[in-house]
Amino acid sequence: MSGTFVGMPAFPEAAREALADSQLRHNLAHATGTIRAKRAKVVAEVEDWEELRLVGAAVKERALLDLETQLVRLEETLTANGATVHWARDATEANAIVASIAKAHEAQEVVKVKSMVTQEIGLNEALAEEGIAAWETDLAELIVQLGDDLPSHILVPAIHRNRAEIREIFRSKMGAAGRPAPADLTDEPAVLAAAAREHLREKFLRAKVGVSGANFAIAETGTLVVVESEGNGRMCLTLPEVLVSVVGIEKVVSRWEDLGPMLRLLPRSSTGERMNPYTSTWSGVTPGDGPQEVHVVLLDNGRTRALADEVGRQALRCIRCSACLNVCPVYERTGGHAYGSVYPGPIGAILNPLLKGVGHDDQIDSLPYASSLCGACFEVCPVRIDIPSVLVDQRAQVVDAHRGGVPKPEAAAMKGAAYVLGRSRRLSALERFTGLGMRFARRFGPAAWIGARDLPDAPAESFRAWWLRTNGGRNDGGRKGDGTDD
Amino acid sequence: MRVALMITCINDALYPSTGKAVVRLLRRLGVEVDFPQAQTCCGQPMVNTGYLDEAVPVVRTFVDAFAGYDAVVTPSGSCAGSARHQHSIVARRSGDEALERAVAEVAPTVYELSEFLVDVLGVTDVGAYYPHRVTYHPTCHSLRMLGVGDRPRRLLEAVRGIRLVDLPGADQCCGFGGTFAVKNADTSIAMGADKARHIRETGAEIVVAGDNSCLTHIGGLLSRQRSGIRTVHLAEILASTEQSAVEEVLTR
Repeated sequence: MSGTFVGMPAFPEAAREALADSQLRHNLAHATGTIRAKRAKVVAEVEDWEELRLVGAAVKERALLDLETQLVRLEETLTANGATVHWARDATEANAIVASIAKAHEAQEVVKVKSMVTQEIGLNEALAEEGIAAWETDLAELIVQLGDDLPSHILVPAIHRNRAEIREIFRSKMGAAGRPAPADLTDEPAVLAAAAREHLREKFLRAKVGVSGANFAIAETGTLVVVESEGNGRMCLTLPEVLVSVVGIEKVVSRWEDLGPMLRLLPRSSTGERMNPYTSTWSGVTPGDGPQEVHVVLLDNGRTRALADEVGRQALRCIRCSACLNVCPVYERTGGHAYGSVYPGPIGAILNPLLKGVGHDDQIDSLPYASSLCGACFEVCPVRIDIPSVLVDQRAQVVDAHRGGVPKPEAAAMKGAAYVLGRSRRLSALERFTGLGMRFARRFGPAAWIGARDLPDAPAESFRAWWLRTNGGRNDGGRKGDGTDD
Repeated sequence: MRVALMITCINDALYPSTGKAVVRLLRRLGVEVDFPQAQTCCGQPMVNTGYLDEAVPVVRTFVDAFAGYDAVVTPSGSCAGSARHQHSIVARRSGDEALERAVAEVAPTVYELSEFLVDVLGVTDVGAYYPHRVTYHPTCHSLRMLGVGDRPRRLLEAVRGIRLVDLPGADQCCGFGGTFAVKNADTSIAMGADKARHIRETGAEIVVAGDNSCLTHIGGLLSRQRSGIRTVHLAEILASTEQSAVEEVLTR
């Protein structure tokens, strides 16, 4: 992947560009609509879904409230199982650890399980700088990587592409990365998948080092868990001699039995399946079976910062299912690239500010505003992250970070509104000019509104003025016999 | 029962006919409402844009105006949601414990109109008559913040003469979102354009909702498109009668 999110414009500008891409709009509306319907169908089958969501939230919350203990325990159990545990404060440290392990085995390439955290830290680019090729083996990640593209969805990173576009990418790019696509490649999904399978097979069989993330890390047993659909993960986790897993510290859960509810919640929320096809679990090294050298890199990279945020910390419960993306009306229209991060959509809009902090980067500061606060995300979240409330709290953090100095027009307008709305006398006085104001706004109002939307006609008098004049309609001539005049 | 009408700033300034409809409807159902003159706004524009300090005096004014009522009824799901779910955040921010206590007392008394009719008054047939083809857009805050469910729909279904047609993708946001409509205007308009397309597909004359803020956005788009579809607040349909229908025809 040669693309990068660094230096992306703020959300409104990036969204404007995305909204103009009619192919993107079409692809997204189709894909999100399909997956929304699938999810709704399988969730409706679970009678105790709302209770299950509470359990899911509680499992993650319990581990997060006791994070230090759980992580130390995880390190102990992993080590006892024969794994080597590394701690990384940030992306640079984590990337250096992975690179040094690959180099120690003189590996010039690694095969990768689909993993959000390795994208977050830019692992592929960091390895490329060390002369190590990192091959994505998830079908959609392969499409993104071959197309020198950026992921635009957590689960379906190539959701912005349709199958005709994928065929063109395979035809033109596969050859340079390994086995080329067959000459008679069509855009049938099964044919495209078969071409990817052939292309990837030689990489699976050749690679000495596998790299993964983890969906869950169980402190009690020292077990990592990867949940996937294609079996490429199983290949990467079992065939190479060396396995390196980069795991965000918020992935820890306390007990083996915590896995049950999470595995019921995740596939239904994510792919809209009752159960995902492949769930791999491994507890360190098993002699004579699978990788004989197992490393786990436990990564912070802003997670302890997020944990310190009383309202926002609930975002660390996220299990990366992407249900919030699929129901989000903003995401459906702008796609993921507009969010400028590997974490797009509603969860990305809160997670990026939490991990990186607000007040020093306009792109990050624009994300909490990339929502109409419709609440569809909270409704579907399997671990009940109240995304709208976190967004509103983060907006206050953004405003507070910019307080002091010369106020921007918006801040001045809000101060003016606070003055007017603090006393009804002031509001009442101002309302005498509503008609004038609307006429002015119609000609000189913000283009952002009047460019596409007409403004309503102003009434002859405000409700307040009418109430006073007619004593709440009682002295209004009773044209309709019921005391009001319209 | 002492009932106060919370008109909301947008209805006060731009849509007094909605407020008058609430008064007319409730009076017909035997409920006299007070209109506390001290009221201004729920403060949501500030809270949802991140200006919590600026919202403090507005919330203070709100609880002063509405303290002591058994019920505060408002023709807006969004403003009811703001009072019930956000005022406590503002009060906590102020550090004023008296304000926190006042908010805790007033917030639970606030009802969106359809909640008040169905849950407090226990009516779904309000005796309305409205001979039009109408489609209903459930606004996000009424649907997901308050959980009004099918109350507005049940009220509409009981209206005589109405032809209620289903809106495709009804529960998707219209794209208004307060200052979102201006801060992210392109996205807001794209969402609204799809909503307007769905409304046009229904063949309805009128789109009804429980929030005039959303209807300002939807209506602004429909009007700019010269679609010939008008927006009407739920209260105005529920307040309509055989007599007002005649007057509407004769005065048009």
